Amino acid sequence: MALLSKKDTGLILDPLADNNPITIQVLGICSALAITAELKASIVMAISVLFVLGLGNVVISLMRNIIPSKIRIIVQLVVVAALVIIVDQVLKAFAYELSKTLSVFVGLIITNCIIMGRFEAFALGNGPWKSFLDGIGNAAGYGLILVIVGFFRELLGSGTLLGFKVLGDPITKTGIYAIGYENNGFMLLSPMALIVVGIIIWVQRSRNKALIEEN
Amino acid sequence: MAINTDKNVYTVAFAAIMVIVVGSVLAFLASALSEKIKQNEKLEKQQNILYAMGINENEDEGSVNFVPTDKVADEFSKYIKQQIVIEGDKITENDEAYLINLKQQETAAKKGNTRKLPLFIGEKDGKKFYIIPMYGKGLWDAIWGFVSLDENLVVQGVYFDHKGETPGLGANIKQRYFMDDFEGESILDGTEYAGIEVAKGNNDPLNNTKDDNEVDALAGATITGNGVSAMIKESVNLYKSYLETIRAKN
Repeated sequence: MALLSKKDTGLILDPLADNNPITIQVLGICSALAITAELKASIVMAISVLFVLGLGNVVISLMRNIIPSKIRIIVQLVVVAALVIIVDQVLKAFAYELSKTLSVFVGLIITNCIIMGRFEAFALGNGPWKSFLDGIGNAAGYGLILVIVGFFRELLGSGTLLGFKVLGDPITKTGIYAIGYENNGFMLLSPMALIVVGIIIWVQRSRNKALIEEN
Repeated sequence: MAINTDKNVYTVAFAAIMVIVVGSVLAFLASALSEKIKQNEKLEKQQNILYAMGINENEDEGSVNFVPTDKVADEFSKYIKQQIVIEGDKITENDEAYLINLKQQETAAKKGNTRKLPLFIGEKDGKKFYIIPMYGKGLWDAIWGFVSLDENLVVQGVYFDHKGETPGLGANIKQRYFMDDFEGESILDGTEYAGIEVAKGNNDPLNNTKDDNEVDALAGATITGNGVSAMIKESVNLYKSYLETIRAKN
């Protein structure tokens, strides 16, 4: 028997494209705007969300039959916040350097609507294994968009990728700066993230017409 | 047996148990790890102070590399010759001055108490460094750091850090390319304690002009940059009377 059934594979792969949390469900936009000015920050955020969403989905799924429906949102919040704080504290004690890098993301993870969205839409109604796959898939789909946006914003805004000067040095005028190219500072500001996400949505929907909603 | 999860009694009981369980897990974790975390924070402060006076493992270009944690305590006692606390006119020596919480001192000062101002005097290759701790506000949360000065109040090095500035924008105040620009700038403008302005569009991105009290700002991080300017100016001004005695001796 294959490790993943066809349906399970769909749980992971669908959110990468036709059911992407950012471009189709339009969740998690706030953090996509906030931290994609650099590719490195995008990658760190993607990995953190992958971890929290995978684990959180399993925890919520295991508790799904005993959570009172009246206070389920509060329970979900408590689970996310507790998970993130536990990880943060353990890192602070045993991997201090790493925790310094991650500390600014903690608040962004707790308030990420993708996490609450998947708890509410999936983990409350499905078993732990499926929920785990759904969490991983959605976090990967979220991360994918983050990395794409981060790539373009860092490349066009600062002329670097992961901190390396791939286009030459803008101050001493080497590389393509020698022929008059300039960095676009506007790319570093949040509105441009929204425009890049918009372009991704446009490209995606013109390739797959089934995604266009009728009005 | 299926439980009726819609009952009010159940809801209240569930909430109560959840709060107790999560609360005690977090409390247990916090107290079990607090010693280790405190120790890490202590070493980090020592690393930061040494970094500001140029004792680090930086290579020519690239990232910030501190003295490794296993060596930092020895290096700290080797290079930091004196730690003093300035309290009004009273100056005392205190080997734990680096642990003074600047935020608490600021609150105390607002209530009318005398502020305790820690200052570290380092010595390397016969040269003296006066290292001032700083504390201020960025866009989202606190920013802090250390600035080391020579007798003429010329900056020898800085270290900045922050609690929650935006990654990729304001968070870049702790990058080498931003911090290195401060070296060689003077705190003084004539005789005035002007500090160092994080300026936009000063037409000097390489920071070749060192006598303008300005460094080049970070794109997209105006408020964090202004916070850094204000923090340097305010923090250094607190030490004005002490720094004047150093200048007079020189």
